Amino acid sequence: MKKLWNEYHTPQTVEEASALLASYAGAARVIAGGTDLILEMEQGHKPPVAALVDVTAIQELTTIRQEGELVTVGAGVTHTQLVGSTLLAARATCLVESCGVVGGPQVRNVATLGGNIAHALPAADGTTSLMALDAEAEIAQHGTRRWLPLVELFSGPGQSLLDSTRDLLLNVRFRLAGPREASAFKRIMRPQGVALPVLGCAVWLRLAPDSLAVEDARVCISPVAPVPARATEVEAALRGQPFCEALVEAAVEAGRASLHPRTSKYRATAEYRTEMIDVLLRRTLPLAFERARTGVAIPEGVGM
Amino acid sequence: MAWITITVNGERIEREVDPSRTLAQFLRLDLGLTGTKIGCEEAECGICTVQVNGTPVDSCIYPLMKARNAEVVTIEGLATGEKLHPLQEAFIEQGAVQCGYCTPGLIMNAKALLERNPDPTDHDIRVALKDTFCRCTGYMAVRRAIHAAAAAQRGEPMPAYPAPTTVEPLEVIGQNVDRPESVAKVTGAAKFTDDYGFPGMLYGLTLRSPHPHARVLRVDTGQAKAVPGVRAVLCHEDIPGRNIHGLVYLDWPCLAGDKVRYVGDPVAIVAADTEEAARQALDLIEVQYEVLGTVGDPVYARTPEAPVIHEEWETGNLLKHIKVRHGDIERGFAEADVIIERTYRTPTIEHAYLEPECSIGVPAGYDAEHEKITIYVGSQIPYQDRNQVALILGVADEDVRIRGTLIGGGFGGKEDLAAQAHVALLAQATGRPVKMLYTRHESLLFHPKRHATVIRMKTGAKRDGTLVAVEAELYGDGGAYASLSDKVMTRATTHATGPYVVPNAKIDCYAMYTNNVPSGAFRGFGVTQSAFAVESNMDILAETLGIDPLELRRKNAQRVGVMTATGQTLRESAGLLETIEKVEADVRSEDTSSHGFRWSWREGNRAFGWGIACAYKNTGLGGGAPDKSAVEVEAFEDSTAEVRTAAADLGQGIGMVVAQVAAQELGMPYSSMRVLLCDTDLTPNGGPTTASRQTFVTGNAARMAASTLREALRSTAAEHYNVPPEQIRFEEGLMRINGHSVPLGEVVGVMKANGLQPRATFEYMAPVTQPLGTGGDMHFAFSYATQAALVEVDLETGAVHVHRVIAGTDVGRAINPKSLQGQIEGGIVMALGNCLTEQYIIENGQPWSTLFARYKMPSIKHAPEITSHIIEHPSSDGPYGAKGVGEIPSINTTPAIANAIYHATGVRVFSIPVDQDALVRALRRGDREIYTTWSDVR
Repeated sequence: MKKLWNEYHTPQTVEEASALLASYAGAARVIAGGTDLILEMEQGHKPPVAALVDVTAIQELTTIRQEGELVTVGAGVTHTQLVGSTLLAARATCLVESCGVVGGPQVRNVATLGGNIAHALPAADGTTSLMALDAEAEIAQHGTRRWLPLVELFSGPGQSLLDSTRDLLLNVRFRLAGPREASAFKRIMRPQGVALPVLGCAVWLRLAPDSLAVEDARVCISPVAPVPARATEVEAALRGQPFCEALVEAAVEAGRASLHPRTSKYRATAEYRTEMIDVLLRRTLPLAFERARTGVAIPEGVGM
Repeated sequence: MAWITITVNGERIEREVDPSRTLAQFLRLDLGLTGTKIGCEEAECGICTVQVNGTPVDSCIYPLMKARNAEVVTIEGLATGEKLHPLQEAFIEQGAVQCGYCTPGLIMNAKALLERNPDPTDHDIRVALKDTFCRCTGYMAVRRAIHAAAAAQRGEPMPAYPAPTTVEPLEVIGQNVDRPESVAKVTGAAKFTDDYGFPGMLYGLTLRSPHPHARVLRVDTGQAKAVPGVRAVLCHEDIPGRNIHGLVYLDWPCLAGDKVRYVGDPVAIVAADTEEAARQALDLIEVQYEVLGTVGDPVYARTPEAPVIHEEWETGNLLKHIKVRHGDIERGFAEADVIIERTYRTPTIEHAYLEPECSIGVPAGYDAEHEKITIYVGSQIPYQDRNQVALILGVADEDVRIRGTLIGGGFGGKEDLAAQAHVALLAQATGRPVKMLYTRHESLLFHPKRHATVIRMKTGAKRDGTLVAVEAELYGDGGAYASLSDKVMTRATTHATGPYVVPNAKIDCYAMYTNNVPSGAFRGFGVTQSAFAVESNMDILAETLGIDPLELRRKNAQRVGVMTATGQTLRESAGLLETIEKVEADVRSEDTSSHGFRWSWREGNRAFGWGIACAYKNTGLGGGAPDKSAVEVEAFEDSTAEVRTAAADLGQGIGMVVAQVAAQELGMPYSSMRVLLCDTDLTPNGGPTTASRQTFVTGNAARMAASTLREALRSTAAEHYNVPPEQIRFEEGLMRINGHSVPLGEVVGVMKANGLQPRATFEYMAPVTQPLGTGGDMHFAFSYATQAALVEVDLETGAVHVHRVIAGTDVGRAINPKSLQGQIEGGIVMALGNCLTEQYIIENGQPWSTLFARYKMPSIKHAPEITSHIIEHPSSDGPYGAKGVGEIPSINTTPAIANAIYHATGVRVFSIPVDQDALVRALRRGDREIYTTWSDVR
């Protein structure tokens, strides 16, 4: 492999990392797990750099912290760490289900949630679930730290607000599922070609306290648009309605009417993707509903 | 430079390092721990896995500095002295070691799994090893080995290898011995080409054409030569001998002269002190091209408007028109009650051996060990490497030495020259050793692949199912250079009737030059492609006639006494019927429902179906090509013996086979045998490892050489001990003479004292064959197979999963059942990839599949449960009755799966790999036939 960087820094604090990046004035780049970044550099999609600044030794970036009903996941938390969290498995099930199918075990052991987000692929599994969890992201930019809705990070396929020679993605936070709340994620893959999902679908539901009605719903199906987006029409079709087979079909109808996935070369036809919207909604909605109804959520499909 | 503290295999290391290293580079280059192999540098194949603080990671893209202060464990850290780790032991015992290149990665992942889960289920193993590829074993043995090691680690007795049923073994033949290098392969000690290095070695790189078809107007290497650290920059003008190579036709320039004919064609080569300097030089070579029209597919290639790729070739882009004519085709179809005619498409397929190509050239006279120019390489045909390199260097064949290293898989893809001639040229130009290691990208770009084909197959039968005629037209995409296209497409043509009696046949095959990557040998050698068409048509015919698919095949099966479509009468060893019987008995006994056996059933939205397909495949080169091999056997005074031959062991185990054969003939224990392979100065020519020929041809040579040596020992002993020679028996390394035993080594000593050499060389010539079109025996043996596949199709998503494959394979005689089973299981999973996951995409000459990330071979999660029945109809000329097995298991899996999908869904696939997207669209629309695949999604 050709030489892709000259120096390698492992700062211990966010400030130190920001300062290091600033000192290289664009000639250094942030690295987390590196499982995407190094390949992109190796394949010439990103230029070699003078230095890599590894953020995975910064303690606040590598922990999962519960603060009341909120949980904050450090951007440097690995997929394996996240999948192994009993808290997230029970109360952010869709995120565990989506992070559990990214890459293989060796990649998940290294690749971080932050890296997955920063890569900004509209089909990124983790992002799809974070959208359904209505997550916020904390970034360090221009010497300040600020929180913003995750969705605001993305500006186009493979593009985000973050300049990885300068900015840092620090944390992600969202509300844990409470009573009568649950989530689920499923995706469609094909065995040929690139290992990106044909379509992924994450749903989050809140049932009414005393009935089987859907009080609130959040749904993200990707990739449909250039950036991850919520399926608001599907959500609207679900809200306030009693959960039953007919409601699932109504959600499917709303999905069909409002979501228009396109054909991706060597990945999926628009026609197939449209069919898969139906299939995924029919599979994830009842699953999330059952979890919300029973209060028991065990992640499915992790590792395969 | 940076300072690092790191613990590797328990040893604390503090040193200065280059911070731009990956962990794999540090282990291999700085610490010399070459047990960690690199397959892709993409975090795709997983074979570079090591543990960092207990966690398995892909070391190929893991920055070394991430491992600061960490505990790293590599494959070298598992065994304690001579005592192997239970996983290492179990991998050997269960037959999970073939080429050995992926073995360290599989073991390291398995180790991490067992550390957190002492009793894993099959599912747990599939999850843990999902992204750790093995191209040889088919993963069955890997799963067995992990279960066995887990049991041992829990304190239970380690389960023994569950051997398949075979005929009664002899002392060594038929025994499940392990290959001589298996311990080295599980401990990381095994050396492949990239694991070698020499003092002063330079780094070599190749400049390749970015155009599918262009005239080369000018190559200017001036600026490149001026880069500091660059020792040589060579282009076609610098070639001292002839600038040409090729296995059948000399049509492939070593470095492009007047034209480039595909993306990846080598134009110039560089040797430099460092990779960086070499890369810089590569960027500074100026090549002026005049871009020409591209021939992107074989059907277009044959049209008058297609640009001509090889101007000197008399028949234009038509490399060869291959014909089979048998009986009277018009009368045949006139007799038919039913005619089925369909067109099939198969894609270009990549071998995806885990070891990318690597060659090292050491110049003549470099040191005492290298008197002549020497090339270290893992090649399938060492002697032909030697001839081709000598031609390019302009020296005599004997002035070149090829030293074969271990080979990390080949499957036909390491027959043509890769960098062998290039490193020789650079070594000669610089006076220094030069290594060229291809990246995965480069390997995917450059080496010849399996032919893409378009096959129109017309099958005629009587109402009772009797086949009366087959007419077929095949187009094979030969790519830019001939390689083995002539031979491969001939095999596709001659086998296009399937393993059936077809009295009337007319088959035309057009092997075409195009501007795609060259096509060459690939396990199955063209028969894989035609079998898809043949066996799909057979199923359509069965349904049309209302005959059971098994019955239709049984009715028409080749058997002793019948004639093939090339006019060969089968006199023996045609075990197809028994393979059908064995597979049928298994399939029919599957308890799928209370209704008894069904070909298909539904469970909700999941559709299940069985499919069946048969195949046959020649052993040996055939078609009139002289097929010979030579082996030398030498016995020593310590009662050991060495077997020497230049027959490449790609992981299939020919080294083990010749050692078994020689041990059997000499009455010696297998453990007393050593093997030396593929050194053109020290081992006689075993011929190419191709055409499933080595066990038969080199096995016979080993048998003759060993028995010649045995007779020499016998006559020495007879004279020395004054006994009649016929009273001497050879057993367990001893010579039994009149009731007492003499170690064989003692007689070796006597021979030496008498001035006789205790060694024998034998060149075996296989039975003569006839060229296609002349009638008579085109081949000296055929292997036969029947396979049944059980698939599940998700009717909503179109996803296909193969649960079971039941295989019956007539191999003549199992020399080593364990190794044989590995060939069958590995062949089946490779063929499953051919049907479901793989396709090398080229768009009008521009390759798209140039990363492992874009080329998916089956992983352990795709691997089915395989039941293998070994059927032994001996071939009288084969060693102990053996015939070839390397290719036969890879031929009928694809149609068996495709037929199973049809039974499950009612939709038939005419273009592979099967596309779930197209399958769902067809199901929604009520279409019954699919003619597209995923490369058509755009």
